[in-house]
Amino acid sequence: MTAAARLFFVGGITSFRALWNWLSPWIYIPTMLISPIFQILLFAYIGRSAQLESDEFYLIGNALQYASIPCLFAMSQMISGERYQNTLSAILVSPAPRIPLFFGRSLPVILNGALVSAFSLAAGSVILGVHLPASSFAPLALVILVAAFSCTGLGLVNGAVSLRIRENAVLNNVIFGFLLIFTGANVPLDALPGWMSTAAQAMPFTHAIEAARQLAAGSSLGDVSGLLGAELLIGAVYAVIGYSVLRWFERQARLHATLERS
Amino acid sequence: MSALRLLRISWVLQLKMIMRSPFDGFGNVIYPLFFATVAFFVFRAGGGPRTLLYASLGAAVMGMWSSVSTSSGTAMQRERWWGTLELVVSAPRHFSLVLLPATLGLATVGIYNLIATLLWGRLLFGINLSIAHPLLFAFSVIAAVLAFGGLGFLFAVSFVRYRYAWVLGNFFEYPVWLICGFLVPLTLLPRWVPPISWVFAPTWGMNAIRESALGGTPLPDLLVCLALGSAYVAVGILVTDRVLRAARVSGSLSLT
Repeated sequence: MTAAARLFFVGGITSFRALWNWLSPWIYIPTMLISPIFQILLFAYIGRSAQLESDEFYLIGNALQYASIPCLFAMSQMISGERYQNTLSAILVSPAPRIPLFFGRSLPVILNGALVSAFSLAAGSVILGVHLPASSFAPLALVILVAAFSCTGLGLVNGAVSLRIRENAVLNNVIFGFLLIFTGANVPLDALPGWMSTAAQAMPFTHAIEAARQLAAGSSLGDVSGLLGAELLIGAVYAVIGYSVLRWFERQARLHATLERS
Repeated sequence: MSALRLLRISWVLQLKMIMRSPFDGFGNVIYPLFFATVAFFVFRAGGGPRTLLYASLGAAVMGMWSSVSTSSGTAMQRERWWGTLELVVSAPRHFSLVLLPATLGLATVGIYNLIATLLWGRLLFGINLSIAHPLLFAFSVIAAVLAFGGLGFLFAVSFVRYRYAWVLGNFFEYPVWLICGFLVPLTLLPRWVPPISWVFAPTWGMNAIRESALGGTPLPDLLVCLALGSAYVAVGILVTDRVLRAARVSGSLSLT
């Protein structure tokens, strides 16, 4: 295994385990497995109350959108957690290549985000009695993985910003809120003002949620390949922006000696 | 009299601290606005009989509950993190007189949430807020604040032996939003849910606020809300005595 690959895989998983060592089942189960089910139920019942859209609409939208919680929080923890443990400067002073260093940390985050989404979708469909065709399971799994990748890309931007701001928990919640409104998870895009549905096209989840809904309605993977491609592209663009901002802020932090500012 | 003075001074102190906290004073205030916005869009696009004013009032009380639920679970934990828990527990005044103002302070911030959500609905969605019984509306809001503070207090003391109290605080946000009739009428929920909702003061507080705004009879709901709030405080005091005694016996107050 080359040094870069080792840093990507071994470094990524080690960092994830180290930074999330406090994430016991007592936290993980209520936060990552039960809360998304309540979010799905809340919006499904609001939809019934307002007589807008089906349970399936809210199930898919919220199951996918909830991946933003693990993806955004984990990526900002990538910086703030290291700072809290006084290891941020040791990492950034090392000569390790930055691409495997930072992107390796994203891989476990993507997998965890996809797991949270898939569990929410499965549990939510059982509770609400929504039937998803068996033929859609594998394509849905792929869509979920792509959505988690896309949001982790945005999370990398968020992680980079965490080099400059202290209150990243508030920022994470704000981004989560925007994704809740804009991505079509709960409000059909044609019910949003034009500028909002246009802005939604550049956000994670928008295309993945639409693709997942089409798959649940019987479309094939080929039918939604355009949407999947768009979601992948959005994730990749955010990842590049995040990496660039991270490097820039890293240089700024060295120049102004603000790395450990907490 | 001195107990009331302690409550008042601690409430003011806690309120100042909350207002200066980026998470409690800013994050917890704007976070429910995102949910309110979604609710406004959904109700505006939907074809149901419930109006945007119905959604606006529900979303406003959702914000009130958010400010309590998210942080009350950690009210006691914060004292532990700051290293002041042992000091306030060993002080001669009953510990509940120290803790209750903290959750009341959080509930008071809920008034700001309520006003912000109603204004948000008015300015961005044109929701015209006409209140049928203004005085009863004000009483209902105050009753809701007191009852929410009481429920937060019960949460805070019940979770004290639980190392991850903040998780439970967050965890109770969605279920209460769902089952207390903020945006979903109880009649739409499965039949086994409403009896659970009746145990929660937010259900009655929401009813009182809605009835007073829309022109119903809020008084019975208001009284039940206050009675439940008082019951939470009474049970909370008993729980406080029990958990503090147990923590002293086992030397586990600091949970370190």
